[in-house]
Amino acid sequence: MTSTPIDIVESAEAVLGSGSLFRFATAGSVDDGKSTLVGRLLHDSKAILADQLDAVARTSADRGFGGEKGGLDLALLTDGLRAEREQGITIDVAYRYFATDRRNFILADCPGHVQYTKNTVTGASTADAVVVLIDARKGVLEQTRRHLSVVALLRVPHVVVAVNKIDLVDFSEPVFSEIAEDVARVAGELGLRDAVAVPVSALDGDNVVDRSNRTPWYAGPTLLELLETLPSTDELDDEHEAFRFPVQTVIRPQGALAPGLDEDEFRDYRAYAGQVTEGVVRVGDRVAVVTPGQAPRETTVVGIDVAGRSLEEAAAPQSVALRLADEFDVARGDTIAAAGTLPESSADLYGSLAWLSTKPLREGAKVYVKHGTSTVRGLVRAVTGKLDLESFEVSPASGLELNDIGEVQIRLAAPLPLEPYATHRRTGAFLVIDPQDGNTLAAGMVGTHPGDTEDERYWI
Amino acid sequence: MAERAEEQEAVAAEVGPALPLLDALEAEAIHIIREVVAEFERPAMLFSGGKDSVVMLHLAAKAFWPGKVPFPVLHVDTGHNFPEVLDFRDRTVERLGLKLVVGSVQEFIDRGELAERADGTRNPLQTVPLLDAIERNKFDAVFGGGRRDEDKARAKERILSLRDEFGQWDPRNQRPELWNLYNGRHTVGQHVRAFPISNWTELDIWRYIARENIELPSIYYAHDREVFQRDGMWRAIGEFSQPRPDEDVVVKTVRYRTVGDMSCTGAVLSDAFTVDDVVREVAASTLTERGATRADDRISEAAMEDRKKDGYF
Ligand SMILES: Nc1nc2c(ncn2[C@@H]2O[C@H](COP(=O)(O)OP(=O)(O)OP(=O)(O)O)[C@@H](O)[C@H]2O)c(=O)[nH]1
Ligand SMILES: [Mg+2]
Repeated sequence: MTSTPIDIVESAEAVLGSGSLFRFATAGSVDDGKSTLVGRLLHDSKAILADQLDAVARTSADRGFGGEKGGLDLALLTDGLRAEREQGITIDVAYRYFATDRRNFILADCPGHVQYTKNTVTGASTADAVVVLIDARKGVLEQTRRHLSVVALLRVPHVVVAVNKIDLVDFSEPVFSEIAEDVARVAGELGLRDAVAVPVSALDGDNVVDRSNRTPWYAGPTLLELLETLPSTDELDDEHEAFRFPVQTVIRPQGALAPGLDEDEFRDYRAYAGQVTEGVVRVGDRVAVVTPGQAPRETTVVGIDVAGRSLEEAAAPQSVALRLADEFDVARGDTIAAAGTLPESSADLYGSLAWLSTKPLREGAKVYVKHGTSTVRGLVRAVTGKLDLESFEVSPASGLELNDIGEVQIRLAAPLPLEPYATHRRTGAFLVIDPQDGNTLAAGMVGTHPGDTEDERYWI
Repeated sequence: MAERAEEQEAVAAEVGPALPLLDALEAEAIHIIREVVAEFERPAMLFSGGKDSVVMLHLAAKAFWPGKVPFPVLHVDTGHNFPEVLDFRDRTVERLGLKLVVGSVQEFIDRGELAERADGTRNPLQTVPLLDAIERNKFDAVFGGGRRDEDKARAKERILSLRDEFGQWDPRNQRPELWNLYNGRHTVGQHVRAFPISNWTELDIWRYIARENIELPSIYYAHDREVFQRDGMWRAIGEFSQPRPDEDVVVKTVRYRTVGDMSCTGAVLSDAFTVDDVVREVAASTLTERGATRADDRISEAAMEDRKKDGYF
């Protein structure tokens, strides 16, 4: 293991016990034991209720799980679709919830099968951490590399590597160390910082919630201990980021006031509803209203409302309504930002895509781009490269196929306030949508303009 | 790459407080509700008077305050509802100044378009009147109070879930759902179901009800009631729910954990008379709410998945 989580554990201590929310997802190749691990976490942290356990026990017995000695197929706790249970694989993400004394968890159990990578991207996109599983007998596989690249591309704050089925390699330290080194190398190539490895047996529970005495050579934390202490995205961000607030809708009740409120008091009420995507806003702050294609208009925040309650400040990810000093024309698609911080809008989008559709991407394709609260038409002018999973180098390409990670230039029909995803995980994200059937084709991440900083160009 | 590591290092040093759980869930739900209202022409919200839909409607009221909730509410009435719940539904609609659209299972049965089931359960019969109401009112988005922790098929649902011309859910072919960018595009005849409280658990719902002081139908709290036991559940005596000769009627102190059709919803023995009592009870519960109270989910292992594929909530 090349890095330890100790520094983070300590700095996170301040927020423990606050009952905050932490989202994590599983990833890794098919049959590495993701669902079993999730079941084990839920089971050993006592998040499974009696009737759910009965149902799992019944189905496990019906299917002869564990042979003679029997046992619980804990994967059944999340593999909830009929097709999944019949085939013993995960097809789509299952969301599960559990809490410990320290935290509330939202857990997304994702599929490993390459065909369902789009679902893994779905689960990972909102995650504070991704637990990548590796079968100790198999080591790092192509799908492991794919998932790690996706995690790096999505800039998930933490990666935890669970080296699973350690029971099947006789709890061997050399096997674990070799895999941990491989992972550290891959993580280094991808620029992933804290890819901590933990030896586990999802089936038997070693080092998942409770420490194992079958791995005496391992002194690090259990998987759950790690998940309880890594800081979440919201704990990390806020203060140092500039305020960003895409306007969702304008609240102007006029004739449609909620019953019971005073007509006179709210006759001229006007506020902009949205979610703080980054940073903090305080009453009295100078902000700019940015309408793409127009010069930003500066004004002052005079009120922050949440259903009749006035706040002094709001931080990401709170949903609020902002009142401004000046009566500007503000509409959905505009962004309210800390004055002077939002770069000029642009109709030239340079970015990376995780292509999620069986329909391939060709240069010249017409698409919709959804960014923040705006959706605009776009023309894919060029596919400038594709990530090679062997070398992690970007090689030339003219199109993208299902599960490819590539780079594109898109000409937009209207400018958008684009900011690089590398520094703005929330405002640098976009969707590519098929205008024909409305399906989501790709997850997009805004890059930097090739002319700006040459060495930043291929950051994946 | 090296730069990135440094940048993260700098970030990690500044660990700040996170939003408490209920505030984070509330913020997410309000964001979803506003997105749907902004992007769809004719949204509606399912409202049964049950706790989840009451919380969802409360969130909608907060999302647009001081404006009125800008869409109608839709109730599919099985004809076997608890009178306390119908009364609560009507008072709530009145209080918030909303338009109520009712789809009636009874009318479909009377017209011979739906047949009563042998087991008397009417919950699965709600799908046809629901789809009919959606089609007739041209609703293009329907908010539902489904929560992923309710059931293993629900655990698989997206926040925005596309339904085809027949209202069907295709769990093997769902759209990717990335970040908090919801793609609600659909073609003529299709519609979208939106689940703003997907990520709430039963306990979150109750803690929120306590925190926000939200009124609920009285049957959610402990009260004395004439009941009889069937399939291991306590069933209420009522117009549509009568004991068989071999089923003894007794008076018990009970409450309801879910409020569905009277014919398939069981009560639980409880002395949780106040919302704080309920929070404590739910936190200590060893059974899921559906496992404890719903006959309709006991039909088969994939009962919920099958109903959802056909267009159920
Ligand atoms: N011996 C042993 N077997 C395990 C362990 N973890 C999982 N398995 C078995 O490995 C098989 C696959 O497990 P799953 O949990 O379904 O794998 P998965 O990664 O969720 O698979 P997909 O979601 O389809 O990619 C099952 O037969 C498990 O019982 C482990 O720690 N030890
Ligand atoms: Mg699985």
